[in-house]
Amino acid sequence: MIEIEGITKRYDETTVVDNVSLVIEPRTIAVIVGTSGSGKTTLLRMINRLVEPTSGVIKLDGADNRSVPDYQLRRSIGYAIQGHGLFPHRTVAQNIATVPLLLGWDKDRIKARVDELMTLYQLDPQAYGPRYPHELSGGQQQRVGVARALAAEPNVLLMDEPFGALDPIIRTKAQEDLLAIQKRFGTTIILVTHDMEEAVHMGDKIAVMDAGKVLQYAKPAEILARPANGFVETLVGSSERPFRLLSLGRVRDAVEPGGAEGEAIPGDASQRDALAELLWAGRPALPVKDGDGKLIGRITVEGLVKRARPA
Amino acid sequence: MTFRFDKLGIVIAVVVAYAAFAAPFATFRANRIVPGQARSILESLPSALGALLLAIVIVGGIIALLKTPLVLRLAASVIALAALAILIGTAGGFLTPAGNTFARVSPASGFWLLIFAFTLLLADVLTRLNLSPSARVGALVVAALAVGALLVSGSWDSLSILKEYASRADSFWAEGSKHVTLALGSLAAAVVVGLPLGILCHRVEPLRAGVLNVLNIIQTIPSIALFGLLIAPLGWVAAHVPGAAGFGIRGIGTAPAFVALFLYSLLPVVANTVVGLAGVPRAANDAARGMGMTDRQRLFDVEFPLAFPVILTGIRIVLVQNIGLATIAALIGGGGFGVFVFQGVGQTAMDLVLLGAVPTVALAFAAAIILDAVIEMTSTKRRAQPA
Repeated sequence: MIEIEGITKRYDETTVVDNVSLVIEPRTIAVIVGTSGSGKTTLLRMINRLVEPTSGVIKLDGADNRSVPDYQLRRSIGYAIQGHGLFPHRTVAQNIATVPLLLGWDKDRIKARVDELMTLYQLDPQAYGPRYPHELSGGQQQRVGVARALAAEPNVLLMDEPFGALDPIIRTKAQEDLLAIQKRFGTTIILVTHDMEEAVHMGDKIAVMDAGKVLQYAKPAEILARPANGFVETLVGSSERPFRLLSLGRVRDAVEPGGAEGEAIPGDASQRDALAELLWAGRPALPVKDGDGKLIGRITVEGLVKRARPA
Repeated sequence: MTFRFDKLGIVIAVVVAYAAFAAPFATFRANRIVPGQARSILESLPSALGALLLAIVIVGGIIALLKTPLVLRLAASVIALAALAILIGTAGGFLTPAGNTFARVSPASGFWLLIFAFTLLLADVLTRLNLSPSARVGALVVAALAVGALLVSGSWDSLSILKEYASRADSFWAEGSKHVTLALGSLAAAVVVGLPLGILCHRVEPLRAGVLNVLNIIQTIPSIALFGLLIAPLGWVAAHVPGAAGFGIRGIGTAPAFVALFLYSLLPVVANTVVGLAGVPRAANDAARGMGMTDRQRLFDVEFPLAFPVILTGIRIVLVQNIGLATIAALIGGGGFGVFVFQGVGQTAMDLVLLGAVPTVALAFAAAIILDAVIEMTSTKRRAQPA
């Protein structure tokens, strides 16, 4: 659990973060979304004390984050940034081993952990371990950056626009990978982005920031359905809103009894993808199959249209 | 079959043509200070050898002029350089009248131009071959061994520069070691002082402009003026600090030369340290902090290794610059190869000047090649990543 209580950061006369309070539940993903200059990165960097707040307290599992020396605190918190920040003079394996090495793990444990993470990220430890970062593709570099942040098994992972430099296809893959790994390790993740799409897709809760203030902190569906003010509404994007709302739901939750002609849609696809499929096929309804390929009903344009508006 | 011309080859061919036909190959003088008489290639060598050398340089020039395979160009430059090196010694023996110990034969402009032209060809070929750093050092060692072998074999003993050497063999090596000590010692001192100073300038922003400006100003003081400026303070130190005089510190001599070279060395070392550290990717630095490295760990594990190739470039500049500058130390009794240069100037004996200048140039050249190779070796693994 991360408790941010009345955090303010001023540089001279400029208030960058203004009296922000948030509680982030353990094992969830909180996304801080905002335009550039909104203070979202500064807020993130105050959690691991790369920036010291002017006033306010941040508690990690009940303990003030100033109760240990800053470098010790940072070793216990994962940190991944845009452009990955890999050390160009160290191999992939050495990069991933950075924090375990700082913590003084023994060799075998480090090697086991590096191999585990690389395998998890579909990088063959034998082939990629000894390579240098510049020998990898952008997507691979980003994966190594996240693997490095997770190396010392941190409970909390801070991510500052981690997917910002990736092309759309690799970005989607990286997001899926992160969701899977978050489930596996139960890591609490705080992710900063300017991309509402990413926020809705990744976040258990979303904090919308502007001019140093948190305007709304709520579940994605809530943000989409009931934006707190005009700024949040603009950020959500009125033309995108129904589709984003649909993207939160699974097809299996919108299944209606009955059958339909055409190719079956898998039950765990998003409702947004199902709507696209229906429109493209030019049919009012399509059958739905579960994981085993068994038909479980149908999905209709009419049904989805109803769900594209907040209840 | 059509011929295509090589751009650099045109320059080389013009130089070769002028040097082979219009410029004198060797100079003959009745003794070491009278003006010399020019001798062409054919006049300097026994007829068969003269014709052979002429043929070699002409063919070499044609190979350089046309677009030809690299292997052929390499062979042409190496053969021409070897022939020139060996036959200039033969010319010395051929031109010196038997039993005459006063007569001097020295290489003349044509010889030097031919050496220049074919060295240019060789350097061009080596660049185009894209040799690995270790191969370049290997080539340097082979060249040094070849020159060493020619020196030991005595085939150049009839040349004037080696006659000057023969009469000063002991002091040549003593001054040589003094020269190297001055150049390397002042470099070492500059690194010991300059690295921490550079790191300090990087960390403490307000200090940076001030320190670099002061060092810049020092760099612009002419070396002779700097020697003069140092006489008074060092003389005072020698007179007032106990043990200083015993340590060899005096107003003139090695001490001011050392101090001046040290001061000149500081700017490249400090400036390159600052530039190198500033060039460390921001993201890498941020990640290092964010992952919990202390400032010390960040300096030694991230910043320093990444800045190292740039810092090494500064050290290379300093070393080459110091090897050249150390020549001036002789002016104030600091020793080094400059001793021969200034003696030679004083006696209008150009051969003596060359005895000081040629090893200085050779040393600087070798230092540059070796350090370039080291720089490349340290930076290949750290190539900048795409932004």
